[in-house]
Amino acid sequence: MGVTANKPGVCTTVQDGGRRGYMGSGFSPSGVMDQRAYHIANILLDNPADAPVLEFCLAGPTLRFTTSTVIAITGGDFRPMLDGRPIASYTAVPVERGSVLSFSAPRTGVYGYLAVAGGSFRVEKVMGSYSTNLKCGIGGYKGRKLQTGDYVPFVAKAVDYLPHLGSRTLPRSEAFPCEDSDEITLRAIPGPQDDLFTDEGIRTFFDAPYTVTSKCDRMGFRLEGPIVTTKQGSDIISDGIALGAVQIPDHGQPIIMLADRQTTGGYAKIATVASVDIPLLVQSKPGRVIHFERITVEEAQKLYRDGHRQMMAWMQRVNRPSYGDVSPRKTARRLTPILEEQARMSKKSNEQNWTQTNRYLHADRRAAIADRLRKEAELARTIINAAEGGDGPSPGPRS
Amino acid sequence: MGGRAALRDMIEEGKDMTSFTITIAGDSAINLVFSQTISPETSRMIRSAAQTLEDDPVPGIVELVPTFCSLMVCYDPLVVDYKTLTQSIGGKLRGLASGESSLRRIIEIPVCYGGDFGPDLPTVAAHAGLTEQEVVKIHSGRDYLIDMLGFLPGFAYLGGLDERLHTPRLATPRTAIPAGSVGIGGKQTGIYPLSSPGGWQIIGRSPIRPYDPDRERPILYEAGDYLRFVPITEQQYHVIDSQVKAGTYEYRSSLEES
Repeated sequence: MGVTANKPGVCTTVQDGGRRGYMGSGFSPSGVMDQRAYHIANILLDNPADAPVLEFCLAGPTLRFTTSTVIAITGGDFRPMLDGRPIASYTAVPVERGSVLSFSAPRTGVYGYLAVAGGSFRVEKVMGSYSTNLKCGIGGYKGRKLQTGDYVPFVAKAVDYLPHLGSRTLPRSEAFPCEDSDEITLRAIPGPQDDLFTDEGIRTFFDAPYTVTSKCDRMGFRLEGPIVTTKQGSDIISDGIALGAVQIPDHGQPIIMLADRQTTGGYAKIATVASVDIPLLVQSKPGRVIHFERITVEEAQKLYRDGHRQMMAWMQRVNRPSYGDVSPRKTARRLTPILEEQARMSKKSNEQNWTQTNRYLHADRRAAIADRLRKEAELARTIINAAEGGDGPSPGPRS
Repeated sequence: MGGRAALRDMIEEGKDMTSFTITIAGDSAINLVFSQTISPETSRMIRSAAQTLEDDPVPGIVELVPTFCSLMVCYDPLVVDYKTLTQSIGGKLRGLASGESSLRRIIEIPVCYGGDFGPDLPTVAAHAGLTEQEVVKIHSGRDYLIDMLGFLPGFAYLGGLDERLHTPRLATPRTAIPAGSVGIGGKQTGIYPLSSPGGWQIIGRSPIRPYDPDRERPILYEAGDYLRFVPITEQQYHVIDSQVKAGTYEYRSSLEES
């Protein structure tokens, strides 16, 4: 039960949210480049929040499934095909045993994600994380990127049915913003060493356009544009490097530090990109133009909380009951207990899954679940009434 | 940054307390900057600040990264915001004495100097105008404070190498230096935790594994600890090497008064 790599892709690795707690010992956090696409993939499949996924880059893998399951593909538009037929991304898609999943070069974006229902891929946690750390050769699948013929197993028995399957989709345009923009704006908080740059240097950085170069990988993205000048050179006594830190070495061109970054470094950092805008950056192909907009740490943290609320809203949306595959006349009376059970199960699994990390623990969540339960019960009653009335309108597929 | 001045005032209200400024490293990290120069005193302050925040954690802190002059604190802004975090940290570190503990944790690193394990020992000796034995004696004759881990997982930046042993890096770096190699690069000395390219003068090798992902503590030491290099013979090297491989080797560390 798993997938076999007929073709491995350029850099296909198992990743999760990242390895925390070891940066002080010199370990890069690793983890997915696009956290938003990663979380959406797991939300679409009702997976635990820290479930591992396959991340691929530029050229995706070709994978054969040795068991039936449900998958979700997110991130850049790699035009996924199942047995040669196009399938939707940002959507839960059932896959039959023996099917072959393939990708083309991405029409948009750089990184793509494949999640599998039922808890996803079975790899061992190393130092608290499933993520592959390529430099140390630890984590993920044998500490390396996939090679031809590799077999990556699934956790336990993969599922071939998910409740509310018809609801498990999100519009790309909403979940993957700015997809077709040639220019994007990244919001950034000045510091920690903005005081080492000249006023002109800081003005240049926040006013001038920068272009994404081809020298971009999981460690960092190098940009090209007008030179940012320092007062007395860029060397500092090495200090910690946060995600999204914008280093400016003496050549004056920005390097934005990402998942596989060094933990410490000796170049001055003019600013740090807001967490919510990192997905926009990492999905930028060479040539895309980037503008930096200065914001405060308070504004960035508000955006962060808004981003989390958005994720919660998506999670509720993909868990809405969908009736598309049920004939109400025949089965109305059986629906109520099923729906209630589904609601109970999804409440249970969601709470288990999403409170583990406590990132997703919110008081208003309980209220939302109670509210949903009530609505589902109401809907069930409506259906029963309609069925008993004999000629009521069919509930039809989900709105 | 607004927080910078405010917190310094807050910290400096008391006497004999650790003084630091705060810089902002994005929406999920701050730096506590203790000094602008590298010194054992600064390292000790950073160590005790990190220890305080580990023993008495502020909810939301997910990672502490001690470096030469500062401590990076990574946090989850869903749990704690910037203002609350800086206030709590200010409060917790308020009573922190700068050189809190006189106890130092010393990790013993057995090293087989010279020969195949230390091909650059003659170079270092010639550069210093000393015999190889003298170099070994000087190098292993003092404990080295770990200022910071970085560059590679478990790569320790050590302070306090005897000036006589300062030796320039190789003109052409080696493409692969075996894990456990002990080297000198300019004013620094250290041990390679992983096989890696590098330009340091290699003077010996240790059979122990500073880094082992399967061990309960994957990295043997942390910033603020001291390393003590203990010379061993080639025979002892092989004995320890087989013990390490069998998982029976007992790593030695001790607490000593400084």
